[in-house]
Amino acid sequence: MSENTNILVVGIGGQGVMTATEILAEAAIALGHDAKKTEVAGMAQRGGVVSSHLRFGQRVLSPQITPGTADVLLGFESAEAMRWQHMLKPGGITLMNTARLVPPVVELGLFDYPEDPLAEIRKSGNKVVAFDATTIAQNLGDIRLGNTVMLGAIADHLPFGAEVLLDCVLKRFQRKGEKLVKLNRQAFEAGRAAVGEAETAAA
Amino acid sequence: MAAVMPVPAASRVLMSGNEAVARAVWEAGVKVAAAYPGTPSTEMLEVISSYPDLYAEWSVNEKVSLEVAIGAAYAGSRSFCCMKHVGMNVASDALMTLTLTGVVGGLVIAIADDVGLSSSQNEQDSRYWGRFAHVPVLEPADSQEAYAMTLYAYELSEKFQVPVILRMTTRINHVKSLVTVGERNEYVGAGFKKEPARFVMVPGNAGKRIPLMFARDIKLRELAETSELNFIEEGSDKRVGFIASGPAYMHVKESFPNAPVLKLGFSSPVPFEKCRELAAMVDLVVVVEEVEPLVETELKAQGIKVIGKEILPLQGELSPNVLKPAIARLLGEPVTETTALAPMQVFPRPPTMCVACPHLGVYYTLSQVRNLNISGDIGCYTLGAGHPWNALDTCVSMGASMGVALGMDKGRGEADKDKRIVAVIGDSTFLHMGMQGLLDMVYNKGNVTVLLLDNRAVGMTGGQNNPGNGYGIHGEEAPRVDFAKLVSALGVKDERIHVVNPYELPVLFKTIREEVKVPEVSVIITDQPCVLVKDYHKLKPFEVIDDKCTGCGNCIDVGCPAIHVTRRGKEVKPSGREVDLAFVRIETSVCTGCGLCVQPCAPKAIVHHVQTSPIQLVTKGGCAA
Ligand code: SF4
Ligand code: SF4
Repeated sequence: MSENTNILVVGIGGQGVMTATEILAEAAIALGHDAKKTEVAGMAQRGGVVSSHLRFGQRVLSPQITPGTADVLLGFESAEAMRWQHMLKPGGITLMNTARLVPPVVELGLFDYPEDPLAEIRKSGNKVVAFDATTIAQNLGDIRLGNTVMLGAIADHLPFGAEVLLDCVLKRFQRKGEKLVKLNRQAFEAGRAAVGEAETAAA
Repeated sequence: MAAVMPVPAASRVLMSGNEAVARAVWEAGVKVAAAYPGTPSTEMLEVISSYPDLYAEWSVNEKVSLEVAIGAAYAGSRSFCCMKHVGMNVASDALMTLTLTGVVGGLVIAIADDVGLSSSQNEQDSRYWGRFAHVPVLEPADSQEAYAMTLYAYELSEKFQVPVILRMTTRINHVKSLVTVGERNEYVGAGFKKEPARFVMVPGNAGKRIPLMFARDIKLRELAETSELNFIEEGSDKRVGFIASGPAYMHVKESFPNAPVLKLGFSSPVPFEKCRELAAMVDLVVVVEEVEPLVETELKAQGIKVIGKEILPLQGELSPNVLKPAIARLLGEPVTETTALAPMQVFPRPPTMCVACPHLGVYYTLSQVRNLNISGDIGCYTLGAGHPWNALDTCVSMGASMGVALGMDKGRGEADKDKRIVAVIGDSTFLHMGMQGLLDMVYNKGNVTVLLLDNRAVGMTGGQNNPGNGYGIHGEEAPRVDFAKLVSALGVKDERIHVVNPYELPVLFKTIREEVKVPEVSVIITDQPCVLVKDYHKLKPFEVIDDKCTGCGNCIDVGCPAIHVTRRGKEVKPSGREVDLAFVRIETSVCTGCGLCVQPCAPKAIVHHVQTSPIQLVTKGGCAA
């Protein structure tokens, strides 16, 4: 059986993790792949942990990614990127937003937020690229563009070209006007560039 | 929820199992569809309601929804009803009689089992209802099968005049995979034909229907033996053969691509001969099913040698990483060490109530009142059991807060002699199953203070409409129940009914404190919309003035996720006592200006936010990594 590609997208309820995964799935389907997408989300709407699995290839059976087999981990939040490291295959890569979303249990002083999630991930020996998607989105004028920035970030880490993914992103905004299409294109390219720059800097 | 209606026939679409069932229901020419929302089943009806040419409703509970579907099926039309696993407990009274009368037009009941407990109070295996009610059970393994089996279920239902259960699990309901869709077929209903001996289930009539039910069982089992939904895939590695149903089949195929497998799509009644056929092909048979050993137990009773829950878990989801080591151990092979890293330790992130949620003030207040035992219910407000409020002591099943509170009152032990009993329930939950409990409480002279949190939506499942908010399933205007009048009609004294604004903490506090002292039933209704529904309006956001904040942390206890700690400190009081300080800031971009956190702030450090500079539109994206 030919190998499937496994992509894990993680974050917090309300960040658009599931939508991002769906767009990735659409791109895979547009290229003729079989695909399955699933979430593990406890009451996602309410600030809980969300992890969304996407598997695609010639034929996909189980919808879940087995721990230790994810090719790419796309993390919408730093602590969440850290939480899901065990899902990556050896040599897999994490692309993570450096934003920190601190939950009430931490505000109340019941738990600590990890000092430096990026360093923790590096310590494990896994490959990781970090960038500030939230600030990029804010600079473009709307925090909601963060989702598209994240998709731009993963664009060059897929077994297919970035153009297909960009098309799928923009299709969603076509009905909503030229301005939003333009902004999302910018957000996508900004995310893509941010990852590119970070990788060059690390090399 | 995306309307999939415009998708033309023969398109290949990425659909969740719920969307696939909805599409098939529409294509099957169903006329009436009803449900009460419940994760993971909710989207089935949500999507159905987006299709034209059929009647869809949110019913007040699952039993009513099934009754509506039964009526339509008696009238000769095709009908549909769906629910989550715990919903079938509520609907079962109707189901157990429906199984005797049978149907005229096809009736399909889709039950979503929350295997793995993503948001439920228990885990139960709905396939038991198939055995219990003697009705066939179909188990899809992905969206395409959910679609195809729903269409087939209508044929089966009409052929045998029996309701059909479509058993789904979270991993079918919410997984998106490809489906090739068709088009809608008009189904012309026969109309209701009076037949009292069949439709009026008095003992004399019911007794005569029972033998017919058993005869039907035999025919259904014969059909299961030959059904294309039950098929054997011969494999090359004959050491272990698998019998699998539902999504477990996918995990088996993924883990053991070369093993023989009997896939059960039509899993009840169990096709024994097919199972024997597989058993004859292999050395060992393993039954892989979520959650209970249903098929396994029946096969063992038939004398067919199988292995199942001896080596597989009785709880939660199955997956390749559960299956592979279990089978390796069975075969005496070394368990291959997984190459995965050990999970890193990160704080838990439990779900929280929303920013400005109208329940925040209620739980904050409850956490400030001493001597309460609080009986809770199912809904967003169940989150009141968590931090920082810790203001909910029980949660059993929908509507149970009423009866449990009365029981706590009547059955109070010596230690609870002076405790006051409070019951908390939401609007939709109250209409679902709470009303009867309140009536019982009034009738039996309970001493309970009921908090009816009317947020004008079924909040937990995404804000569906109900008779409490004055909108129908399509958002159209509908009669809105008057909760004060309703509880008055149930016998609560008018002077014991209060409608208060949950954002006015002093009023709320005073009302609760006074009512818990009165030794009879009181109802305090809080009436503000859920922040996720259209009736909610944002106000001007707040911010914290750093210099004025004393770090008392009172505002944090409200529990609004928009409040963040900027720094912690310690202070020694004149009494010598050391107290912890937490200085805060408000995330202005998400604060809705509800004003809750402003009220407990003694130094008045929380003030309206003054926007100094408009958001800059910078075209060049910066990068901080
Ligand atoms: S006013 Fe306070 S409690 Fe209300 S939304 Fe803003 S931060 Fe939250
Ligand atoms: S209640 Fe007021 S003083 Fe106390 S921490 Fe909050 S803002 Fe600061």
